[in-house]
Amino acid sequence: MKIDWAALGSVFGVSLAVTVALVGLFTLGIVGLSKQEQAREARAAGGATAALPARVGAYACFALCAAAVAYGISLIVV
Amino acid sequence: MEHITLLLGIVIVTALVFDFTNGFHDTANAMATTISTGALKPKTAVAMSAVLNLVGAFLSVEVAKTISGGIINEDGLKTEVIFAALVGAILWNLLTWLLGLPSSSSHALFGGLIGAAVMSMGWSSVNGGTVVTKVLLPAVAAPLVAGIAATLATRLTYKISSRADEKATSKGYRAGQIASAGLVSLAHGTNDAQKTMGIITLALITGGVLNPGANPPMWVIVSAGVAIALGTYLGGWRIIRTMGKGLTELAPPQGFAAQTSAATAILASSHIGFSLSTTQVCSGAVMGAGLGRKGGVVRWSTATRMFVAWGLTLPAAGLVGAGAELLTKQGTWGIATTAALLIGGSAVIWSLSRRQPVDHTNVTADEIGTPGATGADAEPAGVVTTAIAAVTPPPAGPVATTAEGTATDSDVAADVQMTLSPASAASATAVADSARPATV
Repeated sequence: MKIDWAALGSVFGVSLAVTVALVGLFTLGIVGLSKQEQAREARAAGGATAALPARVGAYACFALCAAAVAYGISLIVV
Repeated sequence: MEHITLLLGIVIVTALVFDFTNGFHDTANAMATTISTGALKPKTAVAMSAVLNLVGAFLSVEVAKTISGGIINEDGLKTEVIFAALVGAILWNLLTWLLGLPSSSSHALFGGLIGAAVMSMGWSSVNGGTVVTKVLLPAVAAPLVAGIAATLATRLTYKISSRADEKATSKGYRAGQIASAGLVSLAHGTNDAQKTMGIITLALITGGVLNPGANPPMWVIVSAGVAIALGTYLGGWRIIRTMGKGLTELAPPQGFAAQTSAATAILASSHIGFSLSTTQVCSGAVMGAGLGRKGGVVRWSTATRMFVAWGLTLPAAGLVGAGAELLTKQGTWGIATTAALLIGGSAVIWSLSRRQPVDHTNVTADEIGTPGATGADAEPAGVVTTAIAAVTPPPAGPVATTAEGTATDSDVAADVQMTLSPASAASATAVADSARPATV
């Protein structure tokens, strides 16, 4: 009986790292989008406009997440 | 399709039935958290999962070459042994569904195969070391891997989003969760539908219909995909309820973290080659997400029942498989009796389930009356749950108290035992019930 500890360990490590990274990225994305909405409201009220960087950052986060999903699908198909 | 004997026909039908139970048993893996956080309506969720399962069945061309992945010696495996194994796996799947317990369909199949193979060829046909590395160790590792990842991810996401508007973010969380759930469904379709295709192909090869090494014919691929999709669409609402509401209460960020960790762990494990059970990964992820939120609770009584079911899967399915093999060895009448007992047992379990039906209308019953109750913390929900448990008959399973639950377990076990024992009375029931094909 040979237990493949290396495979188990890498499954553990990869799952942990990828999950935390993806969830973190995605959360940054939705927080960024909600900031953008706040900024828009602030602008309507005559405040400063910091909407653009938040939105670009959010879309960058979502793009990375979408890439991860695409990679996931490619793992399933191949 | 020439020369398909009666036994071969029965095996193919039974394999498709197993595929079907696999589908509705495992809908919960992909969709339980999606339904309980309200990201998708129950019917929409199972429809989406069914479509992705069907797509998944056609996506991968790599059909499982072995049924058991080396757990048993498959040289000279007789068709009737496959049939007996499937009987064990189906009955265990139905019983755990009745009790609303998520348990691995693959492990049920392994259990049935082990039991039937031991009865047919003796203990030497089972590779004990592989049982440990492929079944027992993953059963411990899967919930830990997915659970720890989900706990950390939940903590992180709450920390990052703490200053953002909850209403604005929960929409995003739900969208993300749907994507993760879709990945889980797709992966399930490719893995588990391939398994059934592998079984049918192996049976066809054993029966001499196909040449060894042949690819599965198109009708096998189509029927396996359709069977798993139909099962998924029917929805194992009892199990969905346990996973989505019974183990813990999930808010959208938790549901997202749980589903993402489940999808990641499943893909990582199948890619790196240390295969983990989808069901156990998802259950672990849900519990981990429950623990990750401040003030989050996991209902350990439900979790304990689930762990017990995991532990029993192999021996229980094995015993039924062995019993079925003992019968099928007797010849044609034995095979007919086994088939009748399978139909009868399924009918009994189905009729027991009607005592306290769980379907798409009450799968998240705790939330009825408090729509969008994301803020409903464990305490008030706990009160509601207890109230429901007090008025519902025990077979509802997930929310029943431990004492009631245990009583139900033994009751049902006794019922099933009675049906399975080849007593003449039980056979009579089985024959009477066999006119009801819709019950499988």
